[in-house]
Amino acid sequence: MFYREAGQFKSSYQADQAIFPIIQDRWFMAIVFVVAYLVIPLIADEYWFQAVLIPFYVFAIAAIGLNILTGYCGQVSLGSGAFMAVGAYATFKLVTGFPELNIIIAFLLSGLFAAAVGMIFGLPSLRIKGFYLAVATLAAQFFILWVFNKVAWFFNYNPSGFITAPPREVFGFLVSGPEAAPVTRYYVSLIFLTIFAFAAKNMARGHLGRAWMAIRDMDVAAEIIGIRPLHTKLLAFGISSFFCGVAGALYIFVWLGSAETEAFDLLNVSFPVLFMIIIGGLGSVLGSILGAGFITILPIFLTNAPPMVGIAISADFAKHLEEIIFGVMIIFFLIVEPAGFNRLWQIAKEKIRKWPFPY
Amino acid sequence: MTQERQFGNTILNVENVSLSFGGVKALDSVSFDVLEGEVRAIIGPNGAGKSSMLNCINGFYKPTECTIAFKGESHHQMETHQAASMGIARTFQNIALFKGMTTLDNVMTGRNLKMKKNFLWQSLYFGPAVKEELEHREAAERVIDFLEIESIRKTVVGRLPYGLQKRVELARALAAEPEMLLLDEPMAGMNHEEKEDMCRYILDVNEQFSTTIVLIEHDMSVVMDISDRVVVLDYGEKIADGTPDEVRANQRVVDAYLGVKHD
Repeated sequence: MFYREAGQFKSSYQADQAIFPIIQDRWFMAIVFVVAYLVIPLIADEYWFQAVLIPFYVFAIAAIGLNILTGYCGQVSLGSGAFMAVGAYATFKLVTGFPELNIIIAFLLSGLFAAAVGMIFGLPSLRIKGFYLAVATLAAQFFILWVFNKVAWFFNYNPSGFITAPPREVFGFLVSGPEAAPVTRYYVSLIFLTIFAFAAKNMARGHLGRAWMAIRDMDVAAEIIGIRPLHTKLLAFGISSFFCGVAGALYIFVWLGSAETEAFDLLNVSFPVLFMIIIGGLGSVLGSILGAGFITILPIFLTNAPPMVGIAISADFAKHLEEIIFGVMIIFFLIVEPAGFNRLWQIAKEKIRKWPFPY
Repeated sequence: MTQERQFGNTILNVENVSLSFGGVKALDSVSFDVLEGEVRAIIGPNGAGKSSMLNCINGFYKPTECTIAFKGESHHQMETHQAASMGIARTFQNIALFKGMTTLDNVMTGRNLKMKKNFLWQSLYFGPAVKEELEHREAAERVIDFLEIESIRKTVVGRLPYGLQKRVELARALAAEPEMLLLDEPMAGMNHEEKEDMCRYILDVNEQFSTTIVLIEHDMSVVMDISDRVVVLDYGEKIADGTPDEVRANQRVVDAYLGVKHD
């Protein structure tokens, strides 16, 4: 009824190629932006920023990164945690080595380091596919974390092995370190997410995205058309790792404040990020964000839900229960809607379009 | 029809193409040429090496020995992207579309080689990147118009019926504006009407864009009707080469298709 493209005639290819071709989508996005940029900072408290929103945005960036590689280009990767670690450790070395360096620049430079490392570990993708490639990226995951753990230079010979975010200002606002205000850190992660999401969407709908999807759907035909598999796959690895690297830097410097390599291991980062894109929807930027939201918010919801309805349970029982429910929900979700949240969103739009008629 | 048609110079010349998989000789020093603007058919019984021949021409297989000269440039072996950038496009026997993408995206992918703006421009989707995208969209739309697939522009190709998928695949190949089009059984599995449509499209492509066409086809009536010259392969060897009428009269061809009486 309200969500209709009827009557919206496009008279140029430019209008047809627009990122949100339908006016209702543009309104929807405008509302999302107003809520994210203006409403949430007014109403959210520190707990919400620190426990829910900042990790949501940071993981959304990582999920978009992995979705470029796995969802669009079809190369399964379990190394996202390692590429995030590269970003985090590179930022740490940059900001401690060059204290005058603007930390935003340091984030982006670290992304480039992560991209380079990602491309090196992407080289086997020319020869191996599917599960085998997943195992090769798993090697990256273990190897890189092992290096960061063993070589003390990476954590500045800190006896505890931790890397800690030093206080750094951008335009007079403290964005990292223990003193930084949650709302500033919220804005930093949100701005990064906005820019990266649009960049990913733009690449995905351009010829680069088509080359990635061509490789994913039918690599032989893509090669015959003139798409170079190695070039295209390495670019996907590079850009994906850039996203992951920046996400990793934000993970430590904007969210956690300090961490050791364990924060980036397979079960803490790589698998959750993979779940995010599977649950959110492979090959969809919106899906990555929705999936990241689901995976970061669900455990918090499950911890807080029983006390809210007046059921008192012990903390460790709640923790176990949370893990069980979490697992069950993922399995249930994958059976009911294997194509993820993005598909549900499309179905919902389709239903609204026809409402109040069934078809 | 063949009488009035005029052809240009030799556009493709393959000499002594030999290809073997282990002990099996798929192609055994096959040579033939293709003239600019003609419709050249490659026929032969199953397993004669027809598809392998096409794969050698566009560089997907690397023949053990051969010389392939395309537009006067001779190569020992072709590289796939090199072949594509020189103007060779092809379709596949088993449809090889990008199933998760829409018809429009598939056709646009056919033009990927011509799109040069790097990922930084694209991530901004601004200025030159938009301009490039729109120019190519226009060219893609011309191909879509030509093949009359406007109505399925935004449909994901995995959901299309077989006949339309074949047409989208042709569209994708045409989008690259090739000088030579390799068609591997473009009419396999089609009914009579679909075959007629496809023949019309092939002849229209040949006439309007003066694209040289090399096609493999099993339907003899189609081959004899639309092709200017025919190469016949059998067990990897060339057994005949000439106009449809000459080939039809050739005893070795008849033997290859119908078998020889042993007494």
